[in-house]
Amino acid sequence: MARPASYEGVALVAPFSTPYQRYSIDTAHHWIATALRGSLRAAGLKPADLDGFQVASFTLFPDTAVGLTQHLGLCPRWLDHIPMGGASAGVALRRAARAVQAGDAEIIACVAGDTNHIDSFRQLLSSFSRFAMDASYPYGYGGPNASFALLTDRYMTEYGATREDFGRICVAQRANALKNPNAVMKKPLTMEQYLDARPIADPIALFDCVMPCAGAEAFLVMSEDRAQSLNLPYARLAAAIERHNAHADDPIQLRGGWTMDVDVLWDQAGMGPQEMDLVQTYDDYPVISMMQIEDLGFCAKGDGPAFLRDKGLTVAGDFPHNTSGGQLSGGQAGAAGGFIGMVEAIRQVTGQADGTQVPGAERALVSGFGMINFDRGLCSSAAVLTSGARA
Amino acid sequence: MTHPLSPPPRKDPQKRSVSPTRPPEVRSRAALHLTAAAAEGRFALQRCADCGKVQYPPRDACSACLSTDLPWQDMAPGGTLIAETTVQTSPRLYFRERMPWRAGTVQLDDGPTVLAHIHGDVARHARVRITARLDQSGQGVLVALPETDTPNMEDDPLMRALSADPKHRRVLITDARSAQASALARALQKAGAAIIFAGEPESWRPYPQRAELEALGVQILPMDVTDTASVQKLAGEIGGKTDILINTARFLRPGGVLDRGDTGFARDELEVNYLGLMRLAQAFGPGMCARAADGVNAAAAWVNLLSVGALSNARPFGAYSASQAGAYSLSQSLRAEFRPSGLRVMNVFFGPTEEDDWYQPLPPPRVTAYALARSVVDGLQRGLEDVWCGDIAQDLRDRFRRDPKVLEREMTLGGEGA
Repeated sequence: MARPASYEGVALVAPFSTPYQRYSIDTAHHWIATALRGSLRAAGLKPADLDGFQVASFTLFPDTAVGLTQHLGLCPRWLDHIPMGGASAGVALRRAARAVQAGDAEIIACVAGDTNHIDSFRQLLSSFSRFAMDASYPYGYGGPNASFALLTDRYMTEYGATREDFGRICVAQRANALKNPNAVMKKPLTMEQYLDARPIADPIALFDCVMPCAGAEAFLVMSEDRAQSLNLPYARLAAAIERHNAHADDPIQLRGGWTMDVDVLWDQAGMGPQEMDLVQTYDDYPVISMMQIEDLGFCAKGDGPAFLRDKGLTVAGDFPHNTSGGQLSGGQAGAAGGFIGMVEAIRQVTGQADGTQVPGAERALVSGFGMINFDRGLCSSAAVLTSGARA
Repeated sequence: MTHPLSPPPRKDPQKRSVSPTRPPEVRSRAALHLTAAAAEGRFALQRCADCGKVQYPPRDACSACLSTDLPWQDMAPGGTLIAETTVQTSPRLYFRERMPWRAGTVQLDDGPTVLAHIHGDVARHARVRITARLDQSGQGVLVALPETDTPNMEDDPLMRALSADPKHRRVLITDARSAQASALARALQKAGAAIIFAGEPESWRPYPQRAELEALGVQILPMDVTDTASVQKLAGEIGGKTDILINTARFLRPGGVLDRGDTGFARDELEVNYLGLMRLAQAFGPGMCARAADGVNAAAAWVNLLSVGALSNARPFGAYSASQAGAYSLSQSLRAEFRPSGLRVMNVFFGPTEEDDWYQPLPPPRVTAYALARSVVDGLQRGLEDVWCGDIAQDLRDRFRRDPKVLEREMTLGGEGA
């Protein structure tokens, strides 16, 4: 594959996360509006200043991004709806960056958010995809827990990973979350608690699973010139990839689409995995974080458990990973789960991460994974961010 | 090895019957072909007519070559269990009530990977046999069984839910006078039925099978399907412990329209074959539906014995065929009405029988009562919806599926007249 054109001149600014709530009586519209307002305020802009709008959400029904323009009083000349769940931030960024480079829009707000009512997770599952309806739900209706349990089971068999290997990821993320006041989880987690937790879908237990909740995440994409004239801290986009339905003939998913594009990613970024100051993986289950670390070139396939065994995964460690606590400890606010790592990475490389700040962080890898359509996640994305201007 | 089921204890009358809940029913149209094959006990998937790739989940276009010609074909059952999980919690009530639930990923020898229910006797990473069954929503699901049979494997709770096995169940044969009644009672008894009841119309009239039924320990109780009061009376007495109902009541006479001088026999045919079914369903159906989740001996199935003439009119039993077509159509309505409870409707189609005198002038082959009884029990054990018993029924089924109009033309030839 030829190296894609550079993303130079593009700035990512005004990262904003709402606090998350376990259950909300408000709608997705409410949460998306809250994050959008927060991001615009951080940039000192008004809604009328936006000319591009992009949204990812599962619970807007019957609305889409179109309905939101009228609902929120926006008048964009560039509009996009991204139904890619955990991969949405990387995909959103690619599209928005190109639109800004091409002049199709000057200031684009990228927002992801969902609400969570008492019964909305069950309802979301019941209408998730045709293949899931036909071929997955009738078999125990375990939802994503069961799907990822099967992948985890196979991964453990194939590569000899143990529950402790996954536990290390979860325990470190909880430590990170305790430094993030917005995180849903507020209590420390020990390895013992992780191992003794109630089983959910063997070999997956309680702390391997995310907590569905309500919340939203947002950031703005504009030109570097504009960011500088507004005097805003900003991140640059060094490289970005996406891929869908990769390795369709693998009998079960042990690798994701990143493997097809990882060389392009690092080539375009002009740097390698070892140069990253922090890594944000999509962590709906720890096995997927392990897969991303392998597939994005930090170690060879199957070496994830050994690679992570002697790494410090907390904010203070030598391999800072999911610094805000990720979804496992921060909570999964629907499609915002696809944005949580991106928004945190923008904060990190612009020096705005407060309690979870990795000292001097300049380069971050953010990776996304989404949409278990039947038996595996179909969408993968990744982006390398670097510091533009720090706060 | 599966632990053998013990006979359920007597029901505590103070206890509330568990309301039936169901696994998900919604499917795409393509996926209903898997259900249609499972309804007859076959495991079929789509194989691309252009490139040969086997598809799963069911699709509208080939994932290798985009062909839209994806005929359904029976598949080899062999596969390997490559991953498994035991689901401990689910937002779906049906599974929540049955946790923990074992499910796994099976790589088929024919190519694709499927998600399947896993029988308790399957070992980790073992070779398995895939079979397609109807679940309690009446939809086809795939089940991974041990490669070779294990003792009591049908007693696994999973298999009980995917069948209407007569074992430990109480069965009502609606007409003791039917030529098939004693063979049925014998087969059901052999299959482990707990109690067999038989309804008996016109008790004052002797018939040869009675002694045989009595010798088998069948409880013979008065009921005439043409008499609403008698049907309701028996339902009041044993409706609460009827787990399987097999409707053997049948009025059979030769003749079409012009062969008969009046509508007398036609009236009897409708009274027994059509309205009799309706009376039985109105009296026994609601109680059976309410008990469809009642433990080991939950109400499980409603069985209709239907002439294959129900599909396409079969002379010289033209008027009788019409009554069977009516009963068949009514059985489809019953299916829809029973569906929310999980109670199954199984139709057993058959051609001319050996034991019914009215078929005497017809040439062989004929269906024996023994063969019919075996088909009924086998169908219940496999949870089937449609059973085709004997060569004639299977032949007519295939011809009907090939082209119903051609079959009709063949069945209505005028003969070489003047």
